[in-house]
Amino acid sequence: MKALAGGYARARDVTHALDLLAQADGMGRVLAGGQSLIAAMNMRLSTGDMLVDISRIADLRGVAVEDGCLRIGALTRHADIGTDPLVATHAPLLVQAVHHIAHAAIRNRGTIGGSLAHADPAAEFPACVLALGGTIHLQGPEGVRQVAAEDFFVDVFETAIEEGEILTAITLPLLEAGERHVLIETARRSGDYALAGLCVVKRAAGHRVTAFSVGPRPVLAMAAMERLDAGDTAGAVDALRAEIDPPSDTQASAAYRRHLAGVLLTRALHDLTGETA
Amino acid sequence: MTEAFRDRIDIALTVNGEAVEGRVPAGRHLIDFLRLDLGLTGSHASCEHGVCGACTIHVDGQAVRGCLMLAAQADGAEVWTLEGLTETGVIRDLQDAFVERNALQCGYCTPGMLASIKELLDMGGVPDRATIREHLSGNYCRCTGYEAIIDAVESVAKARAGEAAA
Repeated sequence: MKALAGGYARARDVTHALDLLAQADGMGRVLAGGQSLIAAMNMRLSTGDMLVDISRIADLRGVAVEDGCLRIGALTRHADIGTDPLVATHAPLLVQAVHHIAHAAIRNRGTIGGSLAHADPAAEFPACVLALGGTIHLQGPEGVRQVAAEDFFVDVFETAIEEGEILTAITLPLLEAGERHVLIETARRSGDYALAGLCVVKRAAGHRVTAFSVGPRPVLAMAAMERLDAGDTAGAVDALRAEIDPPSDTQASAAYRRHLAGVLLTRALHDLTGETA
Repeated sequence: MTEAFRDRIDIALTVNGEAVEGRVPAGRHLIDFLRLDLGLTGSHASCEHGVCGACTIHVDGQAVRGCLMLAAQADGAEVWTLEGLTETGVIRDLQDAFVERNALQCGYCTPGMLASIKELLDMGGVPDRATIREHLSGNYCRCTGYEAIIDAVESVAKARAGEAAA
């Protein structure tokens, strides 16, 4: 089908974008890479949007190490994240994620900020940022604010972004010595949304495990993390299966997703330790 | 509607090396602009939600989904469709290999396939079959002629690598 947009405006900078959103009478919609939004518009899942195109705001694109953090601009594209040397050094989890996200032509346009703001429960980047304990940077009419990843993802396609705000960047802790990351998922075909997926981050302070595509938002698997920190692998698998509440749909049943999550954790731990199953 | 938002947007871009201007509705995606407004029907529209890959074109040197980019966003861009890629001869060897290997049946997916493959071949080297398959995972062929397509890509990659080494 064909999209039915209410209007289009191209923002020169973040201040201009915020002005445009304020003028849109609640119909404002931020357009970044458009790889989910334009698909939704074409299917008329979203109509009458007043599109605020932020995709040319150069300040929002790029990766840097600043103030002891890895800062990734919201408009940094998936393909760029996959090849950026700073991301490879400090957030290899994101590089692993890129290989699972859609297809090459979509990775050329899609942005990390768009992925986080869209908050698809099956998407990889939200679960990665949650596993890494990242911070989401927002800018609105009242100024800037920061939201911890733990508080950012609210529900299906719902985040802590308030009306009139724009996601500008993500910051992540720098990689510490000995830190390891594994992202693992199962999908029916390459580039499909995962039936279930996991991010595992191992730091000196302990493990962080997140699961995606097993509920309305990425899950920080606290019980499984606690078992892993205690060295109880089998207990962690049981705990993970107990603390997620996956949906049944045409792709997979809840029971299958729950089973799969446990299998994926076992495989991820093998990848982490280098031991074979 | 406020002054700032437009429901028709004036754009100026380069398509297949030629300067083009147009006035497009806000919701018009790039592939419809190319096909319906400019009459460049070589690149195809199909699923229109980014799944099938038939509309793959090149924008500013990268393969993108023509249905997942608004024409309004292409202002100032350099766009190449199958017509331009054909006329400039940059994928002639690939097109010949498609014919030789019978790598198309109905042909509907072919323009998108060729645009995606061009990006892979431009990276240089000889990708293995798994890499070719992965790169084309977003291009659906409903005649399911995938093996012949991969054969064609592999043969062109080898031939180009051979020429580069010679």
